[in-house]
Amino acid sequence: MFSSLRPAFVLLVSFTLITGVAYPLAVTAVARVAFPQQAGGSLVRVAGRSAGSRLIGQEFAGERWFHGRPSATSPKPYDAMVSSGSNLGPTNPALLAAVHKRAEEERASSGNSTKAVPVDLVTASGSGLDPHVSPAAARWQVARVARARGLDSTVVRALVDRHTEPRQFGLLGVPRVNVLELNLALERMTGGR
Amino acid sequence: MPATGIVEIALSLGVLTAASRPLGHFVADVLEGRRTFLSPAVEPLERACLRAAGVDAAHETGWKPYATAMLAFNLLGVLAVYAIQRLQHVLPLNPRHLGAVAPDVAFNTAVSFASNTNWQSYGGESAMSYFTQMAALTVQNFVSAASGIAVLAALIRGFARKSSDTIGNFWADLTRVTLHVLLPLAFVFALVLVSQGVVQSFGPPLTVRTLESQSVQDIAIGPVASQVAIKQLGTNGGGFFNTNSAHPFENPTPFTNFLEGLAILLLAAALCHTFGRMVSDERQGWALFAAMMLLFVAMLVPAVRVETSPNPALAAMGVDSAPSLLQPGGNMEGKEARFGPASSAWWAVATTAASNGSVNAMHDSFLPLGGLIPMALIQLGEVVFGGVGSGLYGMLVFALVTVFIAGLMVGRTPEYVGKKIEAYEMKMASLVVLLPAALVLVGTAIAVSVPAGTATLGNPGAHGFSEVLYAFSSAANNNGSAFAGLGSANPFYDGMLGVTMLAGRYLLAIPVLALAGSLAAKKRAQEGAGTLPTHTPLFVVLLAGIVVIVGALTFVPALALGPVVEHLQMTAAAATH
Repeated sequence: MFSSLRPAFVLLVSFTLITGVAYPLAVTAVARVAFPQQAGGSLVRVAGRSAGSRLIGQEFAGERWFHGRPSATSPKPYDAMVSSGSNLGPTNPALLAAVHKRAEEERASSGNSTKAVPVDLVTASGSGLDPHVSPAAARWQVARVARARGLDSTVVRALVDRHTEPRQFGLLGVPRVNVLELNLALERMTGGR
Repeated sequence: MPATGIVEIALSLGVLTAASRPLGHFVADVLEGRRTFLSPAVEPLERACLRAAGVDAAHETGWKPYATAMLAFNLLGVLAVYAIQRLQHVLPLNPRHLGAVAPDVAFNTAVSFASNTNWQSYGGESAMSYFTQMAALTVQNFVSAASGIAVLAALIRGFARKSSDTIGNFWADLTRVTLHVLLPLAFVFALVLVSQGVVQSFGPPLTVRTLESQSVQDIAIGPVASQVAIKQLGTNGGGFFNTNSAHPFENPTPFTNFLEGLAILLLAAALCHTFGRMVSDERQGWALFAAMMLLFVAMLVPAVRVETSPNPALAAMGVDSAPSLLQPGGNMEGKEARFGPASSAWWAVATTAASNGSVNAMHDSFLPLGGLIPMALIQLGEVVFGGVGSGLYGMLVFALVTVFIAGLMVGRTPEYVGKKIEAYEMKMASLVVLLPAALVLVGTAIAVSVPAGTATLGNPGAHGFSEVLYAFSSAANNNGSAFAGLGSANPFYDGMLGVTMLAGRYLLAIPVLALAGSLAAKKRAQEGAGTLPTHTPLFVVLLAGIVVIVGALTFVPALALGPVVEHLQMTAAAATH
C-alpha cells in the first residue's frame, strides 16, 4: 500500500494538471479562435444589445408573441441559472392537472376551441430551457398572434414556415421552430407594433 | 416521424459497429505497449509522468499489487474531489462566489465520480465552481474511465497469458489509456461540440435582456464542452448542468445528440475487439459484441415504441400526441423539441445499457414501461456494452457463468478461451454477479421502510417506489442516471447511495482482479471434442439468455411493484374514460 502512495499522488497531480487544467484551457483557446460565437453562448444581438441566446429559451406570455414550451425551472420559468425538468411521473395527478389547465388555456386563447392542442405546447421540456417548439405548436399559435398584431394570418403562417428548421442533414432530430428567432422576425416584420 | 427516428438509430448502430473494431485494436496496441500513430506526440509526456511517479513501466506485478495500486489511486481521488468541493469558496475560478459544497453532498459526489458512477445529488450550474468542475470532476471523468479499462486489461491478460504470475502494471495502464486514448478523443470531440454550440468559457454567467418583458435573464455558462466530451466517452455521465445533455448548452443540435449518443457506446463496444485482439482470437470479441448488441436491440425496440406513443391520460384532455409531419408527438413531458421521443428513448437505452448515466430527457417522466426498460438494463449488471472496462469484465464474468452452466449440462470441465474454469473462478464470478443485486434490493428495502427514505419522493404511489428502486439500481451498478424527482441531496440518500456506489465498484473490481491472477497462472488447456466453442451464434444466444435469466429472476418481483403496477393503473384509468 505505501509503495503505491508515491505513484498515486504524483499521477493524480499530473492528471489534474493535464486533464483538469491544460485540456480545458486548450479547448477554450482553440474554441475562442475557431468558434467564438458558439463558445460564448450563441448570443443574438439586437440594436447592439444581447437579446438572448438562440439556444436558450426565454419566457413569452403575451398574446402578441409565440410561446415556447412550459418550463419547470423554479421559482420562475426559463431561469437559465437552474435548469430543471418537472420530473413528474406519467400518472402523477399534479402532471395531469397541469396539462389539463394548459390545454384549456391554450384553447381559450387561440380561438381553436375544439381542436386538440399539440402535445409539446402543454408538456414541460427536459431542461426547462427548450428554445424550440414543434411546427405544429407554432402553427397552432398563428391565429392568436396574427389577431393580436393585426396581421393577416397567411403572412404569419408563412413566417412560421420560413423559420421551420428541417431535420439536420435531412436525417437527424425532428423539424422544429426556434421561438426567439421567430419572435425576432415577427418584430422586424411589424416594426415593433 | 418514427420512420426517421429508425433511420437515425440504425445509422448510429451502423457507425458503432464499423468504428468499434479499429478503435478496439488501437486500444489493444496501447495496452500492449506497441507504437501507434500518436506515440511521437504522447510518449514524451507519458515517460515524464511515469518517471516522476517513480514507476518502471516494464515492471509488471501480480494481481494483489495491481489491486492495491488501483485502490490507492482511487482512494486518493475520492479525497481530492472531496477536498476541492469543500474548499471551492477559497479556490480560483469561482465567478459566482459559490460556497463550499455541503459535506454529505461532497462525499457522495467524490465517491460518485471516482467510481465512474456520476450520480449527481447536486445541480451542476448552481453548486460547483468552474475549478471544481475542471480540476475535480473532469479529472475523475478521465481517470475513473482509465481505471475501469486497466482492470479489464488485467483480466484480458489473465486469459491471454499462460503460467504467468503477473497481469500488468496498473500505473502504466492507467497512464497510457488516459493519454493515448481518452485525451485525444475528448479533445477532438470537445471542439466538434463547440462548433455546434456547446459553450466553452471561463467568463461569468451571461446577462441578456429578454425580448418580451425586457427583463434580465442570467444564463449559466462555463467550460462545458471539455467536460461533456469526456463524460460521454468515458461512460461517466456527470453533466455540467443539472439537466445534463437535455440542456441546450450541453447538447444543442440533433447532430450533437447523434454524436454524444454514439460516444456513450463507442469505447465500451470497441473493448470487445480489444479483447479479441489480445487473446489472439478476434471471433471471441465479435461474439461478445454480438451478445451485447442482441440484448441492446431487444430493449431498444420496445423503448422507442413506448415513448413515441401518447400518454393515454393526455388524449382524454384534448391533447394531440399523434406523430405527423409537423410534430413528433408521443410522450413529450421531460423531453426536448429538437430531439423528439424516438431519439430520447434511444439515448435512454444507450445510457443505461452502457453505465453512462447522462440523460437527454427526464427518465422520471417516461411512461411506466418506457422507464422500466432503462431500469432493467441497469439491473442486468451494466454488461450490455456497460461501463468502459467494467462492462466487458462484467460480461466476461457472465461468459464464465455460461460455460459453467453449459459444462454442467454435458458433464465436462468448462473452458473459456483456453482456460479451465474451476471452483475458485466460479466463486469469484458468483460474487460479481450476486453482490450488485443484493445491494440494489437490500438498499431499496431499507429506504422504503424508513421515514428518511420516503420523505423526499418526488411522485406518489408506485412511481415513488420506482424512484427509489431506480436510485439503488443506478448506484450499485455505477450508472448514475436517476428518476430525478427523488430528492437525494440529503444525508440519508447521500450516505446510503455513496456507500452503495463504493461497494458496487470496488467490491467487484477486487474479485475480477483475483480472477485475472488465477487465470494468468493457469496453463493453456488443449481444445478437445468436449470443448464448447465460444464464438458461435449458439454461444451468443446462450450468453444473452443467461444475462436475461439471472436479471429477471432477481428483479422481476421488484419491477412488478413499481413500473408494472403503474402501467396497469394507467391503462385501467384510460379504459374508464
